Amino acid sequence: MPTSFFTGTDYALSLPMILLSLFGLGVLIIDLMLPAEWKRWNAITALIGLGFSTAAVMRIQLGHFADGRPLVGSFAYLSNVGGQVVGSVLMDGFSIYFFYLFLLGAAIAILMSAHYLEIEHEHHGEFYALILFSVVGMMCMASGYDLVLLFIGLELMAISTYVLVGFLRRDKRSNEAALKYLLLGAFSSGIFAYGLSLLYGLSGSTNLQVIAQALQRHYSANPKDPIAIVAMITTATGLLFKVAAVPFHQWAPDAYEGAPTSVTGYMSVAVKSAAWAMLLRIFLWGLYPLRPVYLPLLVFVSVATMTVGNFAALSQNNLKRLLAYSSISHVGYMLLGLIASDNITNKTGIQGILVYLLVYTFMNLGAFAVVTSLRRRDIIGDEIDDIAGLYSKAPTEAVLMLLFLLSLAGIPPLAGFYGKYFIFLSLIQTQHYVLASLAVLYAVLGLYYYMRIGSAMFMRPATDPEPVAISPGMQVALAVTAIGTVGIGILPEFFIRAAGWSLGIQQAGTSLLGFLR
Amino acid sequence: MVPLSYYLVLSAVLFACGVAGFLMKRNIITIFMCIELMLNGVNLAFVAFAAHWHRLSGQVFVFFVMVVAAAEAAVGLAIIISVFRTRETLNVDRVNLLKL
Amino acid sequence: MLHLALFSFFGAICVAGAINLLAQRHPINSALSLIVVMGSLAVEFMLLGAEFVAVIQVIIYAGAIMVLFVFTIMLLNAGEEERSAGSRIAVLLGVPALLILMGLVAWVLIRQNPASGTVAAGALPGTPPEIGRLLFRDFLLPFEITSVLILIAIMGAVVLARKEH
Repeated sequence: MPTSFFTGTDYALSLPMILLSLFGLGVLIIDLMLPAEWKRWNAITALIGLGFSTAAVMRIQLGHFADGRPLVGSFAYLSNVGGQVVGSVLMDGFSIYFFYLFLLGAAIAILMSAHYLEIEHEHHGEFYALILFSVVGMMCMASGYDLVLLFIGLELMAISTYVLVGFLRRDKRSNEAALKYLLLGAFSSGIFAYGLSLLYGLSGSTNLQVIAQALQRHYSANPKDPIAIVAMITTATGLLFKVAAVPFHQWAPDAYEGAPTSVTGYMSVAVKSAAWAMLLRIFLWGLYPLRPVYLPLLVFVSVATMTVGNFAALSQNNLKRLLAYSSISHVGYMLLGLIASDNITNKTGIQGILVYLLVYTFMNLGAFAVVTSLRRRDIIGDEIDDIAGLYSKAPTEAVLMLLFLLSLAGIPPLAGFYGKYFIFLSLIQTQHYVLASLAVLYAVLGLYYYMRIGSAMFMRPATDPEPVAISPGMQVALAVTAIGTVGIGILPEFFIRAAGWSLGIQQAGTSLLGFLR
Repeated sequence: MVPLSYYLVLSAVLFACGVAGFLMKRNIITIFMCIELMLNGVNLAFVAFAAHWHRLSGQVFVFFVMVVAAAEAAVGLAIIISVFRTRETLNVDRVNLLKL
Repeated sequence: MLHLALFSFFGAICVAGAINLLAQRHPINSALSLIVVMGSLAVEFMLLGAEFVAVIQVIIYAGAIMVLFVFTIMLLNAGEEERSAGSRIAVLLGVPALLILMGLVAWVLIRQNPASGTVAAGALPGTPPEIGRLLFRDFLLPFEITSVLILIAIMGAVVLARKEH
């Protein structure tokens, strides 16, 4: 049972969130004192904050494995194996993996944004503060084991993202994107909250473990218990809205197209990873006893998502919309991983989802970094026409974009291949052959629209002669994402083992930062 | 003594009215108010279950839902004002630059 | 008996307010009916023993959030809703679907009646000290994260709605 007061280990376990909040406040205060030309110091402060937070996460990770005993606090419990979880936070390998992912996505997004916001004349410090606070929300979503913390984290991330999407106040599309995202996001939060109320009603507690035990009792007593089924459907609806799965994907193309491009990149990567972390946490730890009930629902959603995502992307001329639909189709592939494995008998699918999210962070942010850099005087840089002839204007960028596109399509030896590989492997291991062949067919279809962009870059002449300027921050962002995409493709073992470690898969290997046990 | 199911029916009715209003209404502010109605239905469900299980955590969740509703209302109305400034209309059918 | 009577009376007011919110065409009328819904919900909370929640429902939800809505409606001078073809179809399909859905839900829930038990008025001490004890011990981290949430709401509203300089 939890003790009643805040202990030292609670402080250590919540240090990443505390540091990010402090640095967010610091950015807000510094912004008041900075003159207009020095606004990029906001970005640098935010990056320093992300660095401190990463150090705090590393301290938690090493602190756990240094003496082998889990850290127990009054509201948090650090554990890598089963056992009774008390308190609202479960800081296991799963959480730590996602914490690194969020920090990485936020850092690359901040690097991409500085020059872009200067061009748009909206270079306010609040942007960086909002990114830092949204990472705090994401951390709550990934490590939360209590419905209250999950809900608050979700709303914190969502509300900061609503503001980020609408950040270009004079742009009509940005306003409209923020409005649509807000309305549908609030609607899905309402449905999700209703599902949470029913889960609370079935179990009397907001702790996921107690809920799982209560659902086990209800399900074995009556497999057609209507309240449990309605609870599962409404909770799943809310979660699938956040990941933009079909038929709840309507907000994604509009929000992605209207938002500032660096925010779109951030949304498609970090916000999606956080939504996936919460989805996996609830489906695998909380709603696990209802797995036979939600599996058909997931199969339907996954097939529909892959279909709509791939076919809609075929006809798009707007780069951001095309990448939005491709993003939707990637969610379809990841759902297959959840269908295939249940984290108890088979963990390959979940490992595949984690690896997929990691490589997706690199390659999608890289693609959006290239699209962001297309924004120059008088040209928004959204359409395929704007990227035409990029090879003649900025050859490095064009080659990097080609790498990112090939990786998104899943071509070996680039990183995207390993994401899809593990998911297909898990499907075959659990004998879902039809789903596996369907997924492979859709992946081949995806190659077509990625190559449309590629051919526009290399084969078509440029539509305007203005050169593409790349700021230093953007150069670093492109370098990091490119190294990640190619590096993970060539040397994937470290990252695959990291994903396996976070799920508790025992693997042999030398000790390196405690990832490999 | 009122059966728990009566409270749940009332909560479900409010929630369903909110969902129906969200899908049917055309004025942006009214759509937003329907979301608030949905959250009120959720609040009633939480308090009813809290009374049924004799635990207070349901009421604490209501507290958090209210804070979230307040934050969402603040940001949502700011976005609506921002949209209105560029568009002069509050009809959701007219706010449609982003087409398929 | 009194409990059932009070529940039914205020429950009827809630449902009437909700339906009125949907039926009215001017948003200010919808806002006022939503305030009525929230007020009667506060009484329902009181009947369930949640005194603190009932009070903050009136103070925060009806007293602050709805005032913000009314203020915005008046500021933007929103007019009556127009009837378009789309909205007529939505109403024609939506209202029967809603009634069927609610009938289904009510039937399922009331059939489960024997298993659910009853709720007595004032059974639970929902007073501020008890809730405070939970907020500052078991739910301390969400409580502190909530303060960050309020900060970004304030910051976001200012960033989005302030005048250009």
